[in-house]
Amino acid sequence: MANELTEFVLVSVALLGIGIYGLSVKRNAIRMLFAIEIVINAANLNMVAFGRFLPHSGGQTLALFSIAIAAAEVAVGLSLIIVAYRMYHNIDIADFRSLKG
Amino acid sequence: MADAAFLALSVITIGSAIAALELRSLVYGSIALMGTLGGIAGFFILLDSPFVAMFQLAVYVGSIAVLILFTVMLVKRELIFKKVEDKRRKFVGIALMLVFMVALGAVILDSGIKQITTDEPAVDFREIGDDFLTYYWPALILMGLILSGAVTGALVLARRVDEENGQRVN
Repeated sequence: MANELTEFVLVSVALLGIGIYGLSVKRNAIRMLFAIEIVINAANLNMVAFGRFLPHSGGQTLALFSIAIAAAEVAVGLSLIIVAYRMYHNIDIADFRSLKG
Repeated sequence: MADAAFLALSVITIGSAIAALELRSLVYGSIALMGTLGGIAGFFILLDSPFVAMFQLAVYVGSIAVLILFTVMLVKRELIFKKVEDKRRKFVGIALMLVFMVALGAVILDSGIKQITTDEPAVDFREIGDDFLTYYWPALILMGLILSGAVTGALVLARRVDEENGQRVN
Protein backbone atom coordinates (compact mmCIF):
# COMPACT_ATOMS: atom_id res chain seq x y z
CA MET A 1 0.00 0.00 0.00
CA ALA A 2 1.35 3.41 -0.99
CA ASN A 3 -0.72 5.25 1.61
CA GLU A 4 -0.79 4.69 5.33
CA LEU A 5 -3.81 4.04 7.48
CA THR A 6 -3.15 7.23 9.48
CA GLU A 7 -3.67 9.43 6.44
CA PHE A 8 -7.08 7.97 5.67
CA VAL A 9 -8.11 8.29 9.31
CA LEU A 10 -6.95 11.93 9.39
CA VAL A 11 -9.03 12.76 6.30
CA SER A 12 -11.95 11.07 8.04
CA VAL A 13 -11.40 13.19 11.17
CA ALA A 14 -11.31 16.37 9.04
CA LEU A 15 -14.62 15.43 7.39
CA LEU A 16 -16.16 14.62 10.78
CA GLY A 17 -15.07 18.03 12.10
CA ILE A 18 -16.57 19.82 9.11
CA GLY A 19 -19.80 17.87 9.59
CA ILE A 20 -20.00 18.78 13.28
CA TYR A 21 -19.37 22.43 12.41
CA GLY A 22 -22.22 22.33 9.89
CA LEU A 23 -24.59 20.67 12.35
CA SER A 24 -23.88 23.19 15.09
CA VAL A 25 -23.84 26.42 13.07
CA LYS A 26 -26.24 26.06 10.14
CA ARG A 27 -29.94 26.72 10.61
CA ASN A 28 -31.03 25.68 7.15
CA ALA A 29 -32.60 22.21 7.32
CA ILE A 30 -31.20 21.09 3.96
CA ARG A 31 -27.70 22.21 4.91
CA MET A 32 -27.93 20.21 8.13
CA LEU A 33 -28.79 17.19 5.98
CA PHE A 34 -25.62 17.90 3.96
CA ALA A 35 -23.63 17.91 7.21
CA ILE A 36 -25.17 14.57 8.27
CA GLU A 37 -24.21 13.10 4.90
CA ILE A 38 -20.62 14.28 5.34
CA VAL A 39 -20.42 12.69 8.82
CA ILE A 40 -21.83 9.38 7.53
CA ASN A 41 -19.29 9.38 4.70
CA ALA A 42 -16.44 9.99 7.14
CA ALA A 43 -17.58 6.92 9.08
CA ASN A 44 -17.77 4.83 5.91
CA LEU A 45 -14.25 5.87 4.89
CA ASN A 46 -12.99 4.82 8.31
CA MET A 47 -14.65 1.42 8.10
CA VAL A 48 -13.30 0.65 4.63
CA ALA A 49 -9.80 1.88 5.56
CA PHE A 50 -9.59 -0.30 8.68
CA GLY A 51 -11.07 -3.22 6.74
CA ARG A 52 -8.35 -2.85 4.11
CA PHE A 53 -5.50 -2.70 6.57
CA LEU A 54 -6.50 -5.55 8.86
CA PRO A 55 -7.40 -7.07 6.20
CA HIS A 56 -10.92 -8.27 6.79
CA SER A 57 -14.05 -8.29 4.65
CA GLY A 58 -16.24 -7.00 7.50
CA GLY A 59 -15.30 -3.38 6.90
CA GLN A 60 -16.61 -3.34 3.35
CA THR A 61 -19.73 -5.30 4.30
CA LEU A 62 -20.61 -2.85 7.06
CA ALA A 63 -19.88 0.10 4.76
CA LEU A 64 -22.37 -1.31 2.23
CA PHE A 65 -25.02 -1.67 4.95
CA SER A 66 -24.32 1.86 6.10
CA ILE A 67 -24.67 3.29 2.58
CA ALA A 68 -28.03 1.54 2.12
CA ILE A 69 -29.36 2.77 5.48
CA ALA A 70 -28.16 6.30 4.69
CA ALA A 71 -30.20 6.20 1.47
CA ALA A 72 -33.34 5.39 3.49
CA GLU A 73 -32.51 8.13 6.01
CA VAL A 74 -32.14 10.76 3.29
CA ALA A 75 -35.45 9.79 1.66
CA VAL A 76 -37.33 10.17 4.96
CA GLY A 77 -35.41 13.32 5.94
CA LEU A 78 -36.12 15.09 2.67
CA SER A 79 -39.82 14.25 2.80
CA LEU A 80 -39.97 15.55 6.39
CA ILE A 81 -38.32 18.78 5.20
CA ILE A 82 -40.89 19.07 2.40
CA VAL A 83 -43.78 18.56 4.84
CA ALA A 84 -42.33 21.16 7.22
CA TYR A 85 -41.80 23.53 4.31
CA ARG A 86 -45.47 23.17 3.35
CA MET A 87 -46.54 23.93 6.92
CA TYR A 88 -44.23 26.83 7.71
CA HIS A 89 -43.23 28.04 4.21
CA ASN A 90 -39.67 28.14 5.45
CA ILE A 91 -36.79 25.71 5.90
CA ASP A 92 -35.20 27.48 8.86
CA ILE A 93 -35.09 25.08 11.80
CA ALA A 94 -35.64 27.92 14.26
CA ASP A 95 -39.18 28.10 12.85
CA PHE A 96 -39.83 24.41 13.52
CA ARG A 97 -39.75 24.84 17.31
CA SER A 98 -43.41 23.96 17.68
CA LEU A 99 -43.81 20.89 15.51
CA LYS A 100 -47.55 20.39 16.00
CA GLY A 101 -50.17 19.45 13.44
CA MET B 1 4.03 8.73 2.36
CA ALA B 2 0.91 9.84 0.60
CA ASP B 3 1.00 9.81 -3.17
CA ALA B 4 -0.30 12.46 -5.57
CA ALA B 5 -3.67 10.81 -6.16
CA PHE B 6 -4.33 10.70 -2.41
CA LEU B 7 -3.42 14.36 -1.96
CA ALA B 8 -5.57 15.46 -4.90
CA LEU B 9 -8.51 13.40 -3.64
CA SER B 10 -8.24 14.77 -0.11
CA VAL B 11 -8.10 18.36 -1.40
CA ILE B 12 -11.18 17.74 -3.58
CA THR B 13 -13.10 15.97 -0.81
CA ILE B 14 -12.40 18.37 2.04
CA GLY B 15 -12.61 21.48 -0.16
CA SER B 16 -15.97 20.55 -1.59
CA ALA B 17 -17.25 19.54 1.85
CA ILE B 18 -16.50 23.08 3.05
CA ALA B 19 -17.99 24.50 -0.15
CA ALA B 20 -21.17 22.44 0.31
CA LEU B 21 -21.75 24.07 3.68
CA GLU B 22 -20.54 27.57 2.87
CA LEU B 23 -21.66 28.36 -0.69
CA ARG B 24 -24.45 30.89 -0.80
CA SER B 25 -26.71 29.01 -3.17
CA LEU B 26 -28.10 25.66 -2.06
CA VAL B 27 -28.03 24.40 -5.67
CA TYR B 28 -24.29 24.93 -5.94
CA GLY B 29 -23.98 23.53 -2.42
CA SER B 30 -25.61 20.27 -3.44
CA ILE B 31 -23.37 20.06 -6.51
CA ALA B 32 -20.36 20.52 -4.21
CA LEU B 33 -21.75 17.74 -2.00
CA MET B 34 -21.65 15.54 -5.11
CA GLY B 35 -17.93 16.37 -5.30
CA THR B 36 -17.42 15.21 -1.71
CA LEU B 37 -19.27 11.96 -2.30
CA GLY B 38 -17.34 11.31 -5.51
CA GLY B 39 -14.06 12.01 -3.70
CA ILE B 40 -14.98 9.41 -1.08
CA ALA B 41 -15.61 6.95 -3.91
CA GLY B 42 -12.08 7.74 -5.14
CA PHE B 43 -10.71 6.94 -1.68
CA PHE B 44 -12.52 3.60 -1.80
CA ILE B 45 -10.76 2.83 -5.10
CA LEU B 46 -7.41 3.77 -3.51
CA LEU B 47 -8.26 1.32 -0.71
CA ASP B 48 -8.69 -1.51 -3.25
CA SER B 49 -12.42 -1.84 -2.73
CA PRO B 50 -13.91 -1.10 -6.16
CA PHE B 51 -17.22 -2.76 -5.30
CA VAL B 52 -17.95 -0.31 -2.49
CA ALA B 53 -16.78 2.55 -4.73
CA MET B 54 -19.27 1.58 -7.43
CA PHE B 55 -22.00 1.24 -4.80
CA GLN B 56 -21.11 4.69 -3.48
CA LEU B 57 -21.26 6.20 -6.97
CA ALA B 58 -24.57 4.51 -7.78
CA VAL B 59 -26.34 5.22 -4.49
CA TYR B 60 -24.84 8.51 -3.30
CA VAL B 61 -23.80 10.43 -6.41
CA GLY B 62 -26.45 8.84 -8.60
CA SER B 63 -29.55 8.96 -6.44
CA ILE B 64 -29.12 10.79 -3.11
CA ALA B 65 -27.41 13.87 -4.57
CA VAL B 66 -29.99 14.10 -7.36
CA LEU B 67 -32.82 13.68 -4.82
CA ILE B 68 -31.37 16.53 -2.75
CA LEU B 69 -30.99 18.67 -5.89
CA PHE B 70 -34.66 18.19 -6.79
CA THR B 71 -35.78 18.95 -3.23
CA VAL B 72 -33.76 22.16 -3.31
CA MET B 73 -35.50 23.09 -6.54
CA LEU B 74 -38.91 22.62 -4.86
CA VAL B 75 -38.07 25.27 -2.26
CA LYS B 76 -38.82 28.94 -2.87
CA ARG B 77 -36.13 30.91 -4.64
CA GLU B 78 -35.45 33.47 -1.88
CA LEU B 79 -35.00 30.69 0.68
CA ILE B 80 -32.33 29.00 -1.43
CA PHE B 81 -30.12 32.07 -1.21
CA LYS B 82 -31.07 33.14 2.32
CA LYS B 83 -28.34 32.60 4.87
CA VAL B 84 -29.29 33.25 8.47
CA GLU B 85 -26.65 32.67 11.04
CA ASP B 86 -25.24 34.23 14.14
CA LYS B 87 -21.72 35.62 13.84
CA ARG B 88 -20.97 34.55 17.40
CA ARG B 89 -22.42 31.13 16.92
CA LYS B 90 -20.36 30.70 13.78
CA PHE B 91 -17.12 31.51 15.61
CA VAL B 92 -18.04 29.10 18.38
CA GLY B 93 -18.75 26.45 15.74
CA ILE B 94 -15.39 26.99 14.03
CA ALA B 95 -13.61 26.86 17.40
CA LEU B 96 -15.45 23.64 18.26
CA MET B 97 -14.45 22.14 14.90
CA LEU B 98 -10.78 23.09 15.35
CA VAL B 99 -10.61 21.83 18.94
CA PHE B 100 -12.26 18.59 17.87
CA MET B 101 -9.95 18.07 14.90
CA VAL B 102 -6.76 18.90 16.83
CA ALA B 103 -7.70 16.74 19.82
CA LEU B 104 -8.77 13.73 17.80
CA GLY B 105 -5.88 14.13 15.36
CA ALA B 106 -3.37 14.27 18.23
CA VAL B 107 -4.86 11.14 19.77
CA ILE B 108 -4.65 9.32 16.43
CA LEU B 109 -1.09 10.45 15.68
CA ASP B 110 -0.05 9.43 19.17
CA SER B 111 -1.68 6.02 19.02
CA GLY B 112 -0.34 2.80 17.59
CA ILE B 113 -2.28 3.14 14.33
CA LYS B 114 0.92 4.22 12.56
CA GLN B 115 2.41 0.79 12.98
CA ILE B 116 -0.43 -0.89 11.12
CA THR B 117 0.79 -1.64 7.62
CA THR B 118 -0.14 -4.47 5.35
CA ASP B 119 1.37 -6.25 2.39
CA GLU B 120 -1.44 -8.73 2.09
CA PRO B 121 -3.66 -8.68 -1.01
CA ALA B 122 -6.94 -6.83 -0.81
CA VAL B 123 -10.17 -8.53 0.21
CA ASP B 124 -11.87 -10.12 -2.77
CA PHE B 125 -15.42 -8.96 -3.35
CA ARG B 126 -16.57 -12.57 -3.44
CA GLU B 127 -15.94 -12.60 0.30
CA ILE B 128 -18.37 -9.70 0.69
CA GLY B 129 -21.01 -11.73 -1.13
CA ASP B 130 -20.28 -14.70 1.14
CA ASP B 131 -20.61 -12.45 4.18
CA PHE B 132 -23.94 -11.09 3.01
CA LEU B 133 -25.43 -14.51 2.36
CA THR B 134 -24.04 -16.42 5.34
CA TYR B 135 -23.33 -14.50 8.51
CA TYR B 136 -25.27 -11.31 7.74
CA TRP B 137 -28.38 -12.75 6.07
CA PRO B 138 -30.85 -11.60 8.77
CA ALA B 139 -29.35 -8.12 8.55
CA LEU B 140 -29.69 -8.19 4.76
CA ILE B 141 -33.39 -9.07 4.96
CA LEU B 142 -33.94 -6.48 7.68
CA MET B 143 -32.20 -3.87 5.51
CA GLY B 144 -34.50 -4.64 2.61
CA LEU B 145 -37.55 -4.24 4.88
CA ILE B 146 -36.21 -0.98 6.31
CA LEU B 147 -35.54 0.40 2.83
CA SER B 148 -39.02 -0.45 1.55
CA GLY B 149 -40.59 0.90 4.74
CA ALA B 150 -38.61 4.12 4.50
CA VAL B 151 -39.48 4.71 0.86
CA THR B 152 -43.18 4.00 1.50
CA GLY B 153 -43.11 6.26 4.54
CA ALA B 154 -41.45 9.03 2.54
CA LEU B 155 -44.14 8.77 -0.14
CA VAL B 156 -46.94 8.83 2.46
CA LEU B 157 -45.38 11.81 4.24
CA ALA B 158 -44.91 13.87 1.10
CA ARG B 159 -48.44 13.23 -0.17
CA ARG B 160 -50.58 16.33 -0.20
CA VAL B 161 -54.07 16.25 1.29
CA ASP B 162 -56.73 18.48 -0.21
CA GLU B 163 -58.19 20.29 2.80
CA GLU B 164 -61.59 21.19 1.32
CA ASN B 165 -63.03 17.87 0.30
CA GLY B 166 -60.60 15.54 2.00
CA GLN B 167 -59.35 14.00 -1.21
CA ARG B 168 -55.76 13.13 -1.71
CA VAL B 169 -53.98 14.77 -4.59
CA ASN B 170 -50.38 14.45 -5.59
